Amino acid sequence: MRFRAKVVSIDCIHHFTNVVNTISKLLKKCTLRLTLDKMYFILPDQVSNGGVSMWCELKQANFFDEYQMDGASKEHNEIYLEIVAENICRALKSAQNAKSLKIKLTKKQTPCLTFEVELPSIASNSRLVTHDIPVSVIPRRLWGEYEEQEMPDFHVSICMPPMKTLKNIAERLKNLSTYLTIAANQDGDMTMKVETELVSATTRFQHLEVPPVTSTDEETQSKDWPQNEFASARVDIRKFLQFLAGQQINPYKVICNIVHETALHFFLIHDDISLQYFIPTVAV
Amino acid sequence: MVLMTQSEEENFALSASIDNARNVSHILKAVHFKDTATVFATENGLKVTVEDSKCIQANAFIQEQVFQEYVIREDSITFRINLDILQECLSIFGSSSPSTTAMRMMYNGYGTPLVLTLEEDGAVTDCSIKTQEPDQTLDFEFSAANVINKVIMKAECLKEAFNELDVTSEVLQITMSPDAPYFRLATYGLLGQSHNDIPKDSSMVEYFECGQTQSNRYRLNLLKPSVKAVNLANKVCIRMDHRGFLSLQYMIKNENAQVCFVEYYCCPDEEFEDDNEPAM
Repeated sequence: MRFRAKVVSIDCIHHFTNVVNTISKLLKKCTLRLTLDKMYFILPDQVSNGGVSMWCELKQANFFDEYQMDGASKEHNEIYLEIVAENICRALKSAQNAKSLKIKLTKKQTPCLTFEVELPSIASNSRLVTHDIPVSVIPRRLWGEYEEQEMPDFHVSICMPPMKTLKNIAERLKNLSTYLTIAANQDGDMTMKVETELVSATTRFQHLEVPPVTSTDEETQSKDWPQNEFASARVDIRKFLQFLAGQQINPYKVICNIVHETALHFFLIHDDISLQYFIPTVAV
Repeated sequence: MVLMTQSEEENFALSASIDNARNVSHILKAVHFKDTATVFATENGLKVTVEDSKCIQANAFIQEQVFQEYVIREDSITFRINLDILQECLSIFGSSSPSTTAMRMMYNGYGTPLVLTLEEDGAVTDCSIKTQEPDQTLDFEFSAANVINKVIMKAECLKEAFNELDVTSEVLQITMSPDAPYFRLATYGLLGQSHNDIPKDSSMVEYFECGQTQSNRYRLNLLKPSVKAVNLANKVCIRMDHRGFLSLQYMIKNENAQVCFVEYYCCPDEEFEDDNEPAM
């Protein structure tokens, strides 16, 4: 297995850093999947995560100037690594003013992702900073656990209000209750509600954009759902805040798909990357 | 911005609205040292009282002129409420945003919840906060006629003095006198004795009227909460009455440059012969 990639554009380095910083705020450990065209950050749905799962993919060509890999085998030309995102963030911190950044899969005492950062210096030679980040290689037989979840058959899909507004509100609501109910309808109305013995607080947004339904032949639950009826999901507010807190990607849009009383699915769209985040509901 | 129609308002015992919710939450910060407060509403406005250990009481006054609309249909309304929750609701859109949150509060009488509606940038939050049976609040019987010593000074001066106090001391001894040292804060902690004097001719002192030397001790951890008020205030008026009871009145300006008052009362810690005792 071999992997080496190089970035020389400082904008691409910053952009990649923002993506990894966002991922590291969402979760501690995740799986990095490398294919010829794309790089994926995956957190599969596991009990240990409290049911939260994440899928982020980016087109490597939009970030890297050079990118070569040889996967597990010819038919399965992919590499799966288990990484701690925060370690990569630390390595990328050194690269914020770099002339170039190289990433390689290496074998030191354990398999590592080695980050070589070329920094400008006063002398004519560049300074080289190297970070070796231990990773574990995920064997081929386990790859099945990391498949992309199907887009859920949601009842309502809506574009969220600005993340900053939601974050301010959710931070206050977190001090009132552990659980938050998010609801929306196909008319563009959305609510965030907490309810305890002492207080009930509901925030309403209106005139939100409703993403157009992409027509497929299958019957979807959203087609049967009445236009002005709210679909809702009650989730642990800290998981929702975790999703909001790390956002550094400045997405073009954030779509929230609600599967009534089952799950929330967030979908961030940006030119180069897409990120999906599932939060399951908690029992009432 | 219309939050409610006139006809819906008619039934409420208390209905008030304000364009900037921070003009309420800012003043309440100055008395927020316990999680419960008693709210008194009259035609003059709101008084919010917080007490501790039957020795200290803080009152925040928000006069009706601070509100854009203020309608009360009873002579007086009293209820107890969780102040932590009230402050979270008032700041629901974030307390430091440059834009302002408009707020309407409604109370329908005994046993009903306090209902708040807050709006900012098109998003609206409705909160319903349970109210509780009001407890008897203390009457410190502090009257201006019994004041022996009175000093008005700039708040930043007292703020500095409070921040420098030795926190290992259990008591704070306050001496006010027509003679030197005029105004003294003294502590007796693990590091030893220390005192901070503010002379009557200091540029920080705006008014000084002391009839007799008085020196009283107060429990320092009871006075600690008043630091919240001194941090927000422009001026403070310190008064001591014939029993040695302390009144600290803080003048706080809100974002519309209106002045609101917060008053702390504290009783002395022990019997102390203050009339003849020389200042220490």
